[in-house]
Amino acid sequence: MTSLSAFFEKIAQSKKNQSILFLAYVIVTGAGLFLLPDSTIAFLLLLFSILILYYLNLNLRAKWVTGIVILAVVVPFIASFSDSYQTYMEVGTLVGIYCAMALGLNIVVGFAGLLDLGFIAFFAVGAYTYAIFASDQASKFMPFGHYPLSGGAFWIFIFIAAIVAAIFGILLGVPVLRVRGDYLAIVTLGFGEIIRILLNNMDHPINITNGSMGIASIAPPNFFGISIGSSNQFYYIAFAIFLLVIYVVRKLEYSKLGRAWKAVRDNEIAAQSMGIPLVKTKLAAFAIGASFSGMMGVVFAAKQMFVDATSFTYLESTMVLVMVILGGMGSVPGVILGAAVVIILRTQVLTNISNWLSAMSSNYGISIPPALSPEKMQLLIFGILLIVFALYRTQGLIPHKNRKVDVAALKKESEQAALKREKTASGGADS
Amino acid sequence: MNILEVKHLTKEFGGLTATSDINMTVEKNAITAVIGPNGAGKTTFFNMITAVYQPTSGDILLNGKSLVGLKPHQVSQFGITRTFQNIRLFENMTVLENVLVGMHQNLKSHWIGTLLQLPHIRKIEEDARVTAYDILNYVGLENYVNENAGNLAYGAQRRLEIGRAIAAKPKVLLLDEPAAGMNPKETERLTNLIHDMRTKLDVTIILIEHDMNLVMKISDSIYVLDHGELIASGKPNEIRNNKKVIEAYLGKGAVSNG
Repeated sequence: MTSLSAFFEKIAQSKKNQSILFLAYVIVTGAGLFLLPDSTIAFLLLLFSILILYYLNLNLRAKWVTGIVILAVVVPFIASFSDSYQTYMEVGTLVGIYCAMALGLNIVVGFAGLLDLGFIAFFAVGAYTYAIFASDQASKFMPFGHYPLSGGAFWIFIFIAAIVAAIFGILLGVPVLRVRGDYLAIVTLGFGEIIRILLNNMDHPINITNGSMGIASIAPPNFFGISIGSSNQFYYIAFAIFLLVIYVVRKLEYSKLGRAWKAVRDNEIAAQSMGIPLVKTKLAAFAIGASFSGMMGVVFAAKQMFVDATSFTYLESTMVLVMVILGGMGSVPGVILGAAVVIILRTQVLTNISNWLSAMSSNYGISIPPALSPEKMQLLIFGILLIVFALYRTQGLIPHKNRKVDVAALKKESEQAALKREKTASGGADS
Repeated sequence: MNILEVKHLTKEFGGLTATSDINMTVEKNAITAVIGPNGAGKTTFFNMITAVYQPTSGDILLNGKSLVGLKPHQVSQFGITRTFQNIRLFENMTVLENVLVGMHQNLKSHWIGTLLQLPHIRKIEEDARVTAYDILNYVGLENYVNENAGNLAYGAQRRLEIGRAIAAKPKVLLLDEPAAGMNPKETERLTNLIHDMRTKLDVTIILIEHDMNLVMKISDSIYVLDHGELIASGKPNEIRNNKKVIEAYLGKGAVSNG
């Protein structure tokens, strides 16, 4: 027993051992997926390496590079041998989309402390912004221009949608910021529903959204002449935007704006008394959070090639909120993990268990009523998960930790600065 | 030279008059105390100066400019910051970050510059951290830099509030019961700190305090509120012997019998 713990301690101390073991893990799980290409478990074990990587005691930059290589090269490459290649990549794309959205909601809820129950509205705004112009829908109400736009417009629309969603975020923010807490939650819930109902009814008097029929045959994006239509291609788009979102979030979190958000969250009155403009700070949170959703909305619309209002129900808003709470409010790695867990549970694990159960019932004559299949009990399962977390792990899967500064270095810098001041002061006296 | 002038300041909450017709002139670099029994309207008075409440009538002038109608963050930008009676720290942020939030209005780092990682923005942030560390050193919290503010001991939280307030480089610093809940040793340390701040930071200090030893020791002038009205003002030894003040604190019988 002691030798075993000593062994682990030794591993923990040595970066080289850690890297070797990690590499071994990736190779073993990678080979596992290669040999059992249709096994969801093998796929998930390979993805699990990212979580292990997060906890390794290595250089931050090395960890980022390794993580990106695994997700961008290793996983798609090994998965490409499988019959379920497109399914795997579809899951990956969804995880990317929802991670970015959850990170956006995390700015609003986790950093700025503004409970938003209608967050999916911004996703809808992004999706419709692209859908309208990338199909012949726009020609029904636009007096000029030729629609659908070419597939190249997709890339510009990612940014246009970010801006449009941000504007909607501000539109929501302006009236909403007069209320706080529970009232805020209810108003945002209402906003989410208003957007959905508007989209569902804006087919008259002018047909903008095609109402409940939805917008079909959205043009596929075009990347230097290559038409993008399959999940393995969308995976890279979602991944790239996801990386951009992480970059923005990580940089903002410990910036002046990020501190202002957290100050407003912790104590509004004190924050104001320190010179933080309340309205501007909250609007920035709404706008930036919404813009992430808007960008991913475009990817979603292009991937589905069809949008209608049923994709943007209150339930979807709740799912994004569940990701944030499950992962850990305010914690960037936590929220990413939360989003991945929820999506993988929804699309992979629950479906697999359902299939397995139905196979059992047909093979062994155990009859499980279809109403009890885990796939249909999704909401119950997420509800139970949330209750368990509220009781036993209120901080989420990976609780938020404040970044620590190097006190010794600060002290040194402070002393050097003091010396410099003294020097210039005495220098001034001499002359 | 008067830095702060308060004229006929009145606040009514519905039918209740919290403060009525308060006048005050504060000289630059002075230490002024506002005292009075509980419920006298002292904190309401502070809340009006910092625009947490808008006064019903009257005027507040900082260097001759009216502050009435401004938002709290604008008052802070004009040069008045404060601490709170019921401590209001950013509990889930580190001690250093609390001070950095205090420096918010003096930092010229726009978020777009932060995203682009412009070198001068990074320099601003680095320098800000060093300055924040210096401030923590000054208020005696240099050993708690990375601690969450909510985890600090009571006295340390009070000192952090002062540190956060001076980080904003105020012209006028309002301290709302800074010594509440402190032991005699901590109070003495606080007294020294207040004295030191006045000279070193060139700041004008107004404080609400119940600890009469502290008040008498450090104040240049004292204003006494009772039931929302200003009942006396003057130098410490004038206040000490003022009949109205003794009445307000000890009851009417105290003067005639004593």
